[in-house]
Amino acid sequence: MSHFQPDIRHRAEELIALYPRARSAMLPLLHLAQEQDGYLSEAGIEEVASLTGTTSADVRGTAAFYDMYHLEPVGKYVVGVCTNIACLLAGGEEFLEHASQKLDCAVGSTSSDGLFTLEETECLADCDKAPCVQVNHRYVRTTTPETFDTLVDDLREGKLDHDVPSHGTLIRVRRNGGLRAARQEIVDQRARSSAARAQRAEEAK
Amino acid sequence: MAMLDSPRIVSSRAQYADSYTLTRYLETGGYVALRKALTMFPEAVAAEVDAASLLGRGGAGFPAGRKWSMLRKAPVSYLVVNGDESEPATFKDHFLVERDPHQLVEGVIIAAYALQVSQAFIYLRGEFALGLERVQQAVNDAYSEGALGSKIFGSDFSIDLVVHPGAGAYICGEETALIEGLEGKRGFPRIKPPFFPAVTGLYGEPTVVNNVETMSNLPWIVNNGGAAFAALGVGRSTGTRLFALAGRVNNPGVYEIEMVKNTFRDLIYDPALGGGVIGGRAVKAIIPGGVSAPWFGPDLLDLPMGQDEVGEKGSMLGSGSVVVLDETSCVVRAAWRITKFFSRESCGQCTPCREGSGWIERAMYRLEHGGGRMEDMDLLLDLCDNIAPGLSWPPQQTTICVLGSSIPSSVHSAISMFPDDFKAHVLHGGCPHD
Repeated sequence: MSHFQPDIRHRAEELIALYPRARSAMLPLLHLAQEQDGYLSEAGIEEVASLTGTTSADVRGTAAFYDMYHLEPVGKYVVGVCTNIACLLAGGEEFLEHASQKLDCAVGSTSSDGLFTLEETECLADCDKAPCVQVNHRYVRTTTPETFDTLVDDLREGKLDHDVPSHGTLIRVRRNGGLRAARQEIVDQRARSSAARAQRAEEAK
Repeated sequence: MAMLDSPRIVSSRAQYADSYTLTRYLETGGYVALRKALTMFPEAVAAEVDAASLLGRGGAGFPAGRKWSMLRKAPVSYLVVNGDESEPATFKDHFLVERDPHQLVEGVIIAAYALQVSQAFIYLRGEFALGLERVQQAVNDAYSEGALGSKIFGSDFSIDLVVHPGAGAYICGEETALIEGLEGKRGFPRIKPPFFPAVTGLYGEPTVVNNVETMSNLPWIVNNGGAAFAALGVGRSTGTRLFALAGRVNNPGVYEIEMVKNTFRDLIYDPALGGGVIGGRAVKAIIPGGVSAPWFGPDLLDLPMGQDEVGEKGSMLGSGSVVVLDETSCVVRAAWRITKFFSRESCGQCTPCREGSGWIERAMYRLEHGGGRMEDMDLLLDLCDNIAPGLSWPPQQTTICVLGSSIPSSVHSAISMFPDDFKAHVLHGGCPHD
């Protein structure tokens, strides 16, 4: 019995087929597991392990290395506020404190209604719009306490569901098919190119 | 006066709201370069890149052509694009993947053709959700157009391109850690030697790893020739470069300017660029090239922005970021926050980096938040010296990768440039700016 829903399972198999080795699909598969469950559940980890030919301990050990994977349930919206250098100079620390009050949860925890998880992040590479805030890894560009409050209210009311999908959904554009270059074609192409190179080297002499 | 008459090589489409669409891309010369490249010998395409003497735009500034030449003889090989942009205050690749994903994809196909590589990967930072969607869409469009896949544009060349999402790890910007991430493992940098993935890379096969901006330059180089690119800039620093300006300036943003022809002062003060410091205040310090770089004082504002020019003064252009601290900015807090970043992002393999970053962070924390001691400055310099012996530039390395040797830059700069600020923190029992 697959823990993944049929569509997720199908996408997982498509992803694995893109890589020369199944394990290479580890990071995208973990994103998929998170898309289904909102975090990395035990069953999700086991499914990724069986898909990649590894063990669940190996998968968990790998996932724990990366900040975007959550091994415990998080809110529907994970709010990340950057306090790194450019945001620090634009009041990022004070902004984070404001976010904590508005969401009524400490940094690193989830609000009591289970809707929001607040994180202090490292640089999110949007430093010309500091302090930088992401919700579920979407830039929301709220740089003042007032606009942040409006954003939170809009999220609560579901007004931003299109722009900000639930936590875990990362890439909504699906690849339009698998690999297209036939293996034999690649081998032939390499043979042709080295023959042509040898011939040119010969001519150059 | 700033020199702003150079061509826009990688940011020419940014003015359009729909710059990321295939329609706009085709209307503005998209895929002309690839069609041209396919009529040339692969070696001739590589020769144009050599002639351009394009320096890698990721941080190390290694010549792209030389990186490629190491690969050319290999039977099986891969091309991997490094889009894991995570160096604090660097946001030029973010700009390129969101604003012009087709240009990146075309550049990657050109590079793959020049290298005769038939599978390429774009490793994009996981936090770039929109960027990932736009690049995936661009890849889909390229397949539909016949620019990717089997026998592209009717030529004999076939190539597949896969977009690979990262998952939040600064260290994966280091090319061997990036390869580990692409192999589905923890992002642990690999032990050197071998120094170059072109020798042993993905799955142990020869692999070229190039930055997003480096790839984005290729369509222009193929269209206009390597010589036209090399005619821009001065000396080894050819072409234009994207600079990400952040911090206490009126107009932070990404600006494409000709290499060496402009100074830090031009970038910060020109009305068409940074537009000056907020509130007309004085510059206290600048951080060129990302937080791994040593700082400059206002005395070096007139330094030309070129790789060697900045290198000779003991820092680097690095990732193309410039952060401005003004006279009201607290340098102790800035250096503490940067150290906290390194402490969080150290992968943990090497003791000097794993332990040293934490020790430095704690000492910096108490200076900034109360409890600092006068002898802390010597202690900090000693800790820094243990990670990068001699505190010289470029730094000595005691760790597998350069994350470790980057840790001392900000602390060493802050203490040596502003010792009085540190003393004031000790005497005040915390930050006097609070």
